Amino acid sequence: MAESKPKPEILAKVDYQPPGDDWMELPVEIRPGTFNYAANPANAKYLDLPHVRKWQPTDDDWQLPENWQEIILEGLHDRLKKYRSLKVFMDICVRCGACADKCHFFLGSGDPKNMPVLRAELLRSVYRRDFTTAGKILGKLAGARPLTPEIIKEWFLYFYQCTECRRCSVFCPYGIDTAEITMMGRELLNSIGLGIDWITTPAANCFRTGNHLGIQPHGFKDSIDFAVEELEEITGIKVDAPINKKGAEILFVSPSADYFASPHYYTLLGYLALFHEIGLDYTWSAYASEGGNFGLFHSADMMKRLNAKIYAEAKRLGVKWILGGECGHMWRVLHQYMDTMNGPADFLDQPVSPITGTRFDHASSTKMVHICEFTADLIANGKLKLDKRRNDNVNVTFHDSCNPARAMGLFDEPRYCIEHACNHFNEMPENTIKEQTFCCGSGSGIGTDENFEMRMRGGFPRANAVKYVHDKHGVNMLACICAIDKATLPPLMEFWVPEVDVCGIHELIGNAMIMKGEKRTTDLRGEPLPGMEESDADESGEVKEVSEDV
Amino acid sequence: MRALFSLFAVAVIIVVVVLAVTTDAGRLFFGTILPYAAIAIFLVGMVYRVIDWARSPVPFKITTTSGQQRSLPWIRNSNLESPRNKWGVLGRMLLEVLFFRSLFRNTKADLKDGPRLVYGDAKWLWLAGLIFHWSFLIIFIRHFKFFVEPVPGWVMMIQNLDGFFQVGLPIFYITDGLILAALTFLFLRRVLIPQMRYISLAGDYFPLFVIGGLVISGMIMRYTPLRVDITDAKLMGVGLVTLDPVLPEGLGAIFFVHLTMLTVLLLYFPFSKLTHMAGVFMSPTRNQANDNRVRRHINPWNPEVKVHTYEEWEDEFREVMKAADMPLEKDTESK
Amino acid sequence: MYDAGKVILGVVLFLAILLFPVWYNLAKGQTDAEPELAEPVKGETCVAPTDYMRSNHMDLLDDWRDRVVRDGERIYVDFTGNKHEMSLSNTCLDCHADKAKFCDECHTFMAVEPYCWDCHIIPEATTAGEVTHGT
Repeated sequence: MAESKPKPEILAKVDYQPPGDDWMELPVEIRPGTFNYAANPANAKYLDLPHVRKWQPTDDDWQLPENWQEIILEGLHDRLKKYRSLKVFMDICVRCGACADKCHFFLGSGDPKNMPVLRAELLRSVYRRDFTTAGKILGKLAGARPLTPEIIKEWFLYFYQCTECRRCSVFCPYGIDTAEITMMGRELLNSIGLGIDWITTPAANCFRTGNHLGIQPHGFKDSIDFAVEELEEITGIKVDAPINKKGAEILFVSPSADYFASPHYYTLLGYLALFHEIGLDYTWSAYASEGGNFGLFHSADMMKRLNAKIYAEAKRLGVKWILGGECGHMWRVLHQYMDTMNGPADFLDQPVSPITGTRFDHASSTKMVHICEFTADLIANGKLKLDKRRNDNVNVTFHDSCNPARAMGLFDEPRYCIEHACNHFNEMPENTIKEQTFCCGSGSGIGTDENFEMRMRGGFPRANAVKYVHDKHGVNMLACICAIDKATLPPLMEFWVPEVDVCGIHELIGNAMIMKGEKRTTDLRGEPLPGMEESDADESGEVKEVSEDV
Repeated sequence: MRALFSLFAVAVIIVVVVLAVTTDAGRLFFGTILPYAAIAIFLVGMVYRVIDWARSPVPFKITTTSGQQRSLPWIRNSNLESPRNKWGVLGRMLLEVLFFRSLFRNTKADLKDGPRLVYGDAKWLWLAGLIFHWSFLIIFIRHFKFFVEPVPGWVMMIQNLDGFFQVGLPIFYITDGLILAALTFLFLRRVLIPQMRYISLAGDYFPLFVIGGLVISGMIMRYTPLRVDITDAKLMGVGLVTLDPVLPEGLGAIFFVHLTMLTVLLLYFPFSKLTHMAGVFMSPTRNQANDNRVRRHINPWNPEVKVHTYEEWEDEFREVMKAADMPLEKDTESK
Repeated sequence: MYDAGKVILGVVLFLAILLFPVWYNLAKGQTDAEPELAEPVKGETCVAPTDYMRSNHMDLLDDWRDRVVRDGERIYVDFTGNKHEMSLSNTCLDCHADKAKFCDECHTFMAVEPYCWDCHIIPEATTAGEVTHGT
């Protein structure tokens, strides 16, 4: 893993001209920096995955099981029967090319097989050969090709160079969703033991301990307790952060990175401060201590296995409804899969904000509300005292995370929160935000060090849009609501726009929020809080006034 | 290469037709037998295709949201881009099917010095696609007059609108020019843009050439001295749809080329990407509402999976939890 | 099959539209209809051979109009050397006196609406003598 890291000026030279004239002839190149390591056999075994073995993508022989072709073709057949999406998407693409330059990996690498249309053709060509009349008769002429070990390598490379971000599907005239194809491709690869470690290991950890990082219950408690202490140091307020508390009104679930990684951690402090300030009766869970779900990146079954904990825990604890933290793919699962897979949640109540009384009708079946929806409602009802000036040291732009954007339509809620917490907010160009947002380049389980070059390439369009607002408006803070973003945007920024930092929305909220009885001079990062450091007279007066209310 | 092959295939078909219709058997084959076969294969093929798609369930509601969801009452939901109900879905589908909404979004990315990625408008594909499909539809409807008697007023109206400018004699149909222009554009972008050439299969060129042949042979019959007597064409058309086929003497080779291009298109249709005509209606990312958290979607094959239950989990971690003074369901010492 | 209701509705609509000519003809069709042209009331030969006239009469009329209106020509020499006045009303309708049973037969059958009659007054049928003369 000690390859020399690529340089921005080299990666910025992208050639979009396809090489040769037939992609089927193009050899597969497993090049350092552009792939992910194979799954750790012990963890794969723990999850009862098939055909576990020790191998690496750099090996010549991937030791495919003897009947691998049969497994793949039967698996494809099976999935065609189970997913109309796959079947329709295999048949109706007209190769209009509208998707080609919509993929961040194509824009960042110029590799033609990263055009969504060709990524799908990698699978489609095999489908045609074995499942369509034209392909059976005409073969290559009809765009069909026989399944070879080389194709398996190609799938492995390119289905792990897709972050399932769905940007292409917004532009496709038939709504063909490459994420769906990539998901099928990955399931097929997993069926012959070709998983990657960055997905398998977090999934195994999550299955066992409740979270991706494999933090055991007491460790989880330590982390939360530590955050509580830290928040007390910053604000002078000791908040309560109950864990596994039966009978609480609300179960709060957030991605595990929030209590273990930076800058996620400051968002966690923001949550804790917020919940204290509004006096929310809630609980964390050590069993369901992960909202994220790397099963989504593995297979539908794995997604279900990991997701099952959330409803089970809500039921066990007897809460009324569930609140979900800032995370991208977690919300894809919660919004589009959870109720179908592990519902119905008929043991929960219709979510109602205990603070504002707002009924969250849009979550009446799933019974899970996004924290940005929750907070936006608090702000709209005047339940928070926000001093925007406290965020005057940041000039914010907002990165719509792929899943909340294109699998949920969560656009205005986070923006409303930012606008009420910050004075300086500048949007990136319209072709790079909202439904057209660009992926961080590291989502869907491929945010590894060994894949660094590809991540920087894939994140290039996002970073380039940040650079635009950085240069134009002096933006120095990239806000987002996704744990993978918070983990992978900082290195991306460091690579392409070193002057920009990354934060979560509830970090901004936590900074701007005037808490009753607070004594603070620093923001959640321990850096001087604007307005609180110099003009003590003004600001302390205001704070004192608030304190007196307590 | 793939383009040339398709062109060659269409050329061969044309030559075969021209030669064959000099004989009675050839006229019978290309004028009666093949058209009937093609119509049957097209109809059965398309219905089979749709039912085959429908035999697979939609296990998850995977709407692609291209607009603001419905959440809080004071936030405006974009019902056409992120439908909250079936009316929104209907509207979204109509916009997609009738006006190619998604393609309208198309942009073209350019990497400039800096490096700076810029996204320009790229509406030409949308425009050409829209013109092509609408022209095809109007031409298709215009052709009803060759198959029905009496000709309904609305067919006349569409025809008259199409010839609105009253240019030329016989009056030039606007759609004839538009479809030819659109086809040319769609073909040229496929061969001239390197990425397009790279992703194009023979099956992408073939229908362009077949439809091109169809349009050009039709125009030859109308606008050039190779004109055919359209009364004969209609007698044949009506004969075909009333199962009383006739082959009027006066119809020349160009007519049979035209008819055969259509026949080939029909035969090719159900086995090709042209099934997008039906498939667009069945795309799960577009034809479902974004109401996931309001209405539970049912997966008919929702599998039983192995989960790690709370009890198993607590059994594994009871000691450390106890040491950390965390609440437990079962306290071992109390046994 | 899943979503059977919607799918069947779609299939039925698809078939209904595609098979429009079949059911329309069955319902209200006059499928035996075939244009039957009235014999000319006089004259031995037309200004051009019948085959040509069948499919190209509009070109000839168009040509006549241009020559008369724009160039002031009046006389047309036909393929047998006979001379005719280039006039729809005076020459064509002189023999083919019944518009309804001659012109309209095919035009209606083929849903063609020529704009001859935007200017030319439609002759009252049968007797040539009564035709109102236009230009």
